[in-house]
Amino acid sequence: MRVGVVTFPGSLDDRDAARAVRECGGEAVPLWHGDDDLKGVDAVILPGGFSYGDYLRCGAIARFAPVMDALVPAAQGGLPVLGICNGFQVLTESHLLPGALIRNDHRKFNCVDQRLVVENASTAWTSDFEAGQEITIVLKNGEGGFVADEKTLDMLEGEGRVVFRYVPDAEGRNPNGSYRHIAGITNERGNVVGLMPHPEHAVEEGYGPSLDGRGFFTSIIKQTLESAATA
Amino acid sequence: MSDTQTAPHEPTAAQPVLDTVEHAASTPEVEQPWAELGLKPDEYANIREIIGRRPTIAELAMYSVMWSEHCSYKSSKIHFKLWGENTTDEMREKLLVGIGENAGVVDIGDGWAVTFKVESHNHPSYIEPYQGAATGVGGIIRDIMSMGARPIAVMDPLRFGNLHHPDTQRVLPGVVAGVGGYGNCIGLPNIGGEVVFDDCYQGNPLVNALCVGAMRVEDIHLAKASGVGNKVILFGARTGGDGIGGVSVLASETFDEGGPTKRPAVQVGDPFAEKVLIECCLDLYAAGVVDGIQDLGGAGLSCATSELASNGDGGMQVELDLVPLRDASLQPQEILMSESQERMMAVVEPKHLEQFMAITDKWDVEATVIGEVTDGDHLVITWHGETIVDVPPRSVAHEGPTYDRPLARPAYLDELNASGAAALAKPETGEEIRAQLLTLLGSPNLCDKSWITDQYDRYVLGNTALAQPDDSGVVRVDEETGRGVAISTDCNSRFTKLDPYAGAQLALAEAYRNVATAGAAPLAVTDCLNFGSPEDPGVMWQFRESIRGIAEGCKFLGIPVTGGNVSFYNQTGDVPIHPTPVIGVLGVMDDVSKRSGSGFRTDDAHVYLLGTTRDELDGSEWAHVVHKHLGGVPPKVDLAAEQALGRVLVEAAGTGLVEAAHDLSEGGLAIALAEACMRHGVGVTVDGLDHVGVDGEGNPLDAFTALFSESSARALVAVPAGHAAEFEALLGDVPHVRIGVTGGRDLDVVGHFSVSVAELKSANEFTLPAVFGG
Repeated sequence: MRVGVVTFPGSLDDRDAARAVRECGGEAVPLWHGDDDLKGVDAVILPGGFSYGDYLRCGAIARFAPVMDALVPAAQGGLPVLGICNGFQVLTESHLLPGALIRNDHRKFNCVDQRLVVENASTAWTSDFEAGQEITIVLKNGEGGFVADEKTLDMLEGEGRVVFRYVPDAEGRNPNGSYRHIAGITNERGNVVGLMPHPEHAVEEGYGPSLDGRGFFTSIIKQTLESAATA
Repeated sequence: MSDTQTAPHEPTAAQPVLDTVEHAASTPEVEQPWAELGLKPDEYANIREIIGRRPTIAELAMYSVMWSEHCSYKSSKIHFKLWGENTTDEMREKLLVGIGENAGVVDIGDGWAVTFKVESHNHPSYIEPYQGAATGVGGIIRDIMSMGARPIAVMDPLRFGNLHHPDTQRVLPGVVAGVGGYGNCIGLPNIGGEVVFDDCYQGNPLVNALCVGAMRVEDIHLAKASGVGNKVILFGARTGGDGIGGVSVLASETFDEGGPTKRPAVQVGDPFAEKVLIECCLDLYAAGVVDGIQDLGGAGLSCATSELASNGDGGMQVELDLVPLRDASLQPQEILMSESQERMMAVVEPKHLEQFMAITDKWDVEATVIGEVTDGDHLVITWHGETIVDVPPRSVAHEGPTYDRPLARPAYLDELNASGAAALAKPETGEEIRAQLLTLLGSPNLCDKSWITDQYDRYVLGNTALAQPDDSGVVRVDEETGRGVAISTDCNSRFTKLDPYAGAQLALAEAYRNVATAGAAPLAVTDCLNFGSPEDPGVMWQFRESIRGIAEGCKFLGIPVTGGNVSFYNQTGDVPIHPTPVIGVLGVMDDVSKRSGSGFRTDDAHVYLLGTTRDELDGSEWAHVVHKHLGGVPPKVDLAAEQALGRVLVEAAGTGLVEAAHDLSEGGLAIALAEACMRHGVGVTVDGLDHVGVDGEGNPLDAFTALFSESSARALVAVPAGHAAEFEALLGDVPHVRIGVTGGRDLDVVGHFSVSVAELKSANEFTLPAVFGG
């Protein structure tokens, strides 16, 4: 089971994502932004960070990287792709997922242990969870407010494509002003998932708030092994 | 482009005659702007004597920045021999690289080396909080990179004026956003530091930045240029007009003629460029193509070229025209002084040049050969083919002036020391104590700091085992074994104001204790010595006493000082800040997953107070908050007790006997108990207060004093009931009292008062959001 992890200049959590893949029993394969070669991997992670410094709009430059020329059609063809934080921003900029991520409503970078509800446990990356399950993983971003027009939001909810929602605080607020508390979404097919929080920081005892992040990686590893067995 | 071409050396109105070495030799009478550049008359005369003529304007620029207080340590270095005198052979054995390099390096075992250092960026952060703080972080990271290490974490000790002063509202949010903006984007976890408020910092906040890096012992790199014919390569960002004279008191008018208009003396940071530079440098090191390396920070190219050449065994020749510029109108002396960020200089053997360039190309990092190592003993710099600098590099980098400035114990100290806290009104009833506990918990120095620390990424790189608000930051170095380091920075400047020798030792003791509290064995020290003007004999006395305190304290504890930074001139008018020697202690753990956190986790654990509690309220947080009082003498320093306590804490963590350990410092036992409860929402019943300590006559301390005294060498420990006997057997002669048991939702001090953890939290969490917004 080989999971590619893309490194853009300015990627920060690429080594963490690779470690999480290994911790959960997969093989992590480094992919380079400048190569349009996916090296035959079974799935791809776009990690967190500040690709190209994100001095323009987050992810706006990364979508033009050569590796994306290979990744976009592969994702459209069913290759499982997980975009974490900056990776989620790259996925929306590439139109593999709808909506956009904007500056947090409180205008500050925010790093917290965040409670989420898993709403869709049938995607490639969430099948090891149960729908309705609450998990706590790290959230850390400055531009994590998920926005989309009402029609798109209704469509995402109607089609069950909201994968994660933030558990709001006592005043009913989520940590970045995301519409309808949306933390993560998927495409129609369920192979592409993007979310702002960081599962790769919650896979090892003693490092991070929980082990809840492991489910993302065990989901994809199991699914790939199963589909290989049935192929 | 101009349509009228002029010959490069023909003087015009816009371009005065190029001040070459030849020109300087033939025009000894020319008036030079040495005073505007911050040099003293005898320093200028000294330069003329060293080079046997007047300096060119480019040479003058180099000497002025390199002989500045910031770069030359001219007022402080005479006192540095105290470090050497107090470093034993046993301490030296732990040092792989000592004071004087970009950062010290210590051996942490299993073939791993760790380098760490703290530096100040105080004045830039006051003028331009965001960029000042951001480039402070960037600069210390490059110091660590230039030792050959991968940076693995940062910490930021910050000190501001009054929380409610309007200027604090300008400075603090900018500094915090700058620290976060740079550190988050470069991808280094921020694992701790301090946030302190005191009126003495109102016109001079302190922004210190610490970075720690790790490498294999064999990968240590040093800043030296050797090997005749080796290439000198400048790589990273282009050189611009920012930060010119940032280290000196340069008057910018001097360099306006024909050049860019006034530039801010504060640099501008680009964390993305530095992130790429880190990865690029690590690839270069791994490929073995770097012979010597130096970062460009304060004094820019002047510093890098002269230090590399001075540390090597030959000379250096540099063709300044080859330096890639952001602004083509820069004059040569400006290029030499620019403090543009995210630049490095490497010395590379010709046979490795191609591979070096291939790696920098991979990372899209611009790299340019600008010169080479020569067999002479001079640093020679040319511009348009003419020599504009020809100097012995040691005279620039290492042989600057040294001052033995007068020092005198300030006259006000007698009166200050005589005015202790004994005269202050103390709360008498349980209700009064309860009310003052809540007041203290919400006070600026003790309140919850997550409004600040949540703006920092503490998780990136995936190795963070402990971060703020715990007592120290802990990160894993070796992913196979879990071997890692803990770091804490501390300084209570009220204590140093009362007694700089004792205060500095208390800062050292607290950092030492915090590292041990996490379970790490203290190993080495870095310091950032923030003081007022060295021209004030009282400040110089404080400085000398502090260094003496640290050096002798380190000798007692057996942990060497590996390096650090001196920051003088931190004052407003004639009023200096409290002496603030920030001490960072680094400790080692075999497996950082065994570290102790500071919060109670489970019910029914036994809670012990370790160490001796005395009636010590002078200079305390209680006196400061409740009575706005500072006077008396600081708590007793007992380094033997710190050592014994440290041994117990490290052993207990290693054997898994404790589930929480928390240092006692500002606010004493009361605040430590409250913080341990708030961390995970677990309460405690305290029934052993009567046995906490005795006063001078041997009578038990009253409840208030037992709760708020700030005696040193103490820690609070929670031990699961099943481990209590084993833990007590470990204690040896460390004084201890079993003061209570965890459980419930209240901090219940039996017979005195009870307060719910929820109420503690609301008192604690409200303060910063109320000032800076949610």
